Amino acid sequence: MTDHRPTEAVEAVDAVDGITGDDVLVADQTGAALPAAGGDGEPVRTLWSDAWREMRHRPLFWVALALILLVVTMAAFPSLFTARDPLYCQLSDSRLPPSAEHIFGTDTQGCDVYARTIYGARASVLVGVFTTLVCTLIGGFIGTVSAFYGGFLDTLLSRVGEIFFAIPTLLGGIVILYSLPNEPNSPFLLVVGKVVLALSVLGWPSLARIMRSSVLQVKPHDYVQAARALGASPWRIITSHILPNAVAPVTVVATINLGVYIAVEATLSFLGIGLQPPAISWGIAISEASGIGYITAAPHMLLFPSLFLSLTVLAFIMLGEVVRDALDPKLR
Amino acid sequence: MTATKENLDGTRAWKPVDGRLLDVEDLYVEFRTRDGIAKAINGASFTLDEGETLAILGESGSGKSVTAQAIMGILDTPPAFIPSGQVRYCGTDLLKLSEEERRKTRGSEISMIFQDALSALNPVFPVGWQIGEMFRQHRGMNKSDARERAISLMERVKIPGARQRVNAYPHQFSGGMRQRIMIAMAIALDPAVLIADEPTTALDVTVQAQIMQLLADLQHERKMGLILITHDLGVVADVADRIAVMYAGRIVEQADVYELYRQPAHPYTKGLLESIPRLDQKGQNLSAIGGLPPNLMRIPAGCPFNPRCRYVQDVCRTGEPPLLREVRPGRLAACHFSEEVIGDE
Repeated sequence: MTDHRPTEAVEAVDAVDGITGDDVLVADQTGAALPAAGGDGEPVRTLWSDAWREMRHRPLFWVALALILLVVTMAAFPSLFTARDPLYCQLSDSRLPPSAEHIFGTDTQGCDVYARTIYGARASVLVGVFTTLVCTLIGGFIGTVSAFYGGFLDTLLSRVGEIFFAIPTLLGGIVILYSLPNEPNSPFLLVVGKVVLALSVLGWPSLARIMRSSVLQVKPHDYVQAARALGASPWRIITSHILPNAVAPVTVVATINLGVYIAVEATLSFLGIGLQPPAISWGIAISEASGIGYITAAPHMLLFPSLFLSLTVLAFIMLGEVVRDALDPKLR
Repeated sequence: MTATKENLDGTRAWKPVDGRLLDVEDLYVEFRTRDGIAKAINGASFTLDEGETLAILGESGSGKSVTAQAIMGILDTPPAFIPSGQVRYCGTDLLKLSEEERRKTRGSEISMIFQDALSALNPVFPVGWQIGEMFRQHRGMNKSDARERAISLMERVKIPGARQRVNAYPHQFSGGMRQRIMIAMAIALDPAVLIADEPTTALDVTVQAQIMQLLADLQHERKMGLILITHDLGVVADVADRIAVMYAGRIVEQADVYELYRQPAHPYTKGLLESIPRLDQKGQNLSAIGGLPPNLMRIPAGCPFNPRCRYVQDVCRTGEPPLLREVRPGRLAACHFSEEVIGDE
């Protein structure tokens, strides 16, 4: 059984699988061919340990994780990747194609595209992570409360959620950010915070709905009744009986949404209302690179930030899908 | 009336009145649904004394489980409502307590075990953690003490290798072992009343016997009052002291177990007893009670059993259902013709 192979060997095999062309296809075949975790002398099995067992045999998981780690490292320690100052720009070097000195070339202002792409990760990751956190906390709380208590509270919270749900994210984001204009010297975190606020206000209902439906699914289980019969308080029932059994779907959607929020942030910045210069972000870089004529004259300016953005979004969506597959016993 | 304060030194805050633990009187429960009102319990009355085993016997939908849930106070309102009745525990009507006071009685005074222990245990936590939760939550014990108590409880319910298995998850145990764990949780706080809702239905016959023996031993040790809810006449005969037979949300007969088996006083009980397959009557048709239990939204007028009853007379079809009355010393039945039923051997 594959379980008994040394871990390194498994990873090595997986890594080879990962680079033989079509990732998704290979991953699916590998995933399906693997037997469900189990066997003799097996330590304890839980939903999450089973999921881990399942995931670690999927190359897609490792690819996604590696990409995410790379992006997060870029966001946390950009100086590890480049010694250049992204704000040091030489107008005489405007729109140089990639060369040994500027491996991704330079942009209109003569700034190094590589350095700006590396530094741009921070804004994207911050927006993605914080929006996901805020949405998951608010959505998770509201979803749990409305499903657990039901009745009028549920109706009220669900309707409020639907009102926000009905606003298109981009449109809503534009409206909210227009009403919260930035000063040219606003601190970076404040600018990021406004984007997070806008996306969170619009993003929580989808997570609340998912949380609500999974709590509704868990609530009628006998063990929740049994906990009540043995004197557990409502808070205790929620935290130790309902939530641990209901968080899986929200985890999956939140992971996928993280990528989506990053893309929306880039879109808002592209439209000039998300982050704004002098802040550095992929959205701003893409926006600057798509001026008339630039796409043909200096395609590198568009290519590299877009590539990093796409890879980051892809990585989170892939991770979300792997986690979803691993948590769904029916797919094993 | 006794204080609800928890006493940690072992003396109980609730004391039975003259040995009487539980006194359910004229309890009604109805489910208000979109299609109408389902009358699940229609005036059930029974009592439970210290150290006594009362079996509540009835077919599916007769209201046995709802009775248990009403006593525990774990019915969801809406849809369930209790329009009238009393559930007196040690003299105090539980239905009048606040939810918080009531919650404190659950587990520590009145406890319950469920039919299917796999679904009644939380799948994501080790069993030791779940048993220990009782001590952590109700007694404020720390983790390691609670764990030790969990292990000793697992030994008490005779789970082999308790210390090794304390960190195992519910699905790693067999059905019988899971039911033992459920029992361990239910008796953790030394409740005075234990309600077992079909505790052996999901188990095979040999394991059933072991679980029933365990319950009987524990009850004997602690002088617990045990309410055994079941549809299994065999289980009842072995362990119960008294039997209450339920039909359409009413207690139709209540008697000492031997009396009831020897001479049923209600036609329904009689039908039930006749429907037990017997080894000495091989090759004969199994006798069954004809017809179906009534729809709880449309319980027939008069005696609810009248459409299926072989003793039926005009008096059974109209008016109020017959009241539970003493037909022999210590025997109650709700039938106009109990004397005939008893005499009719």
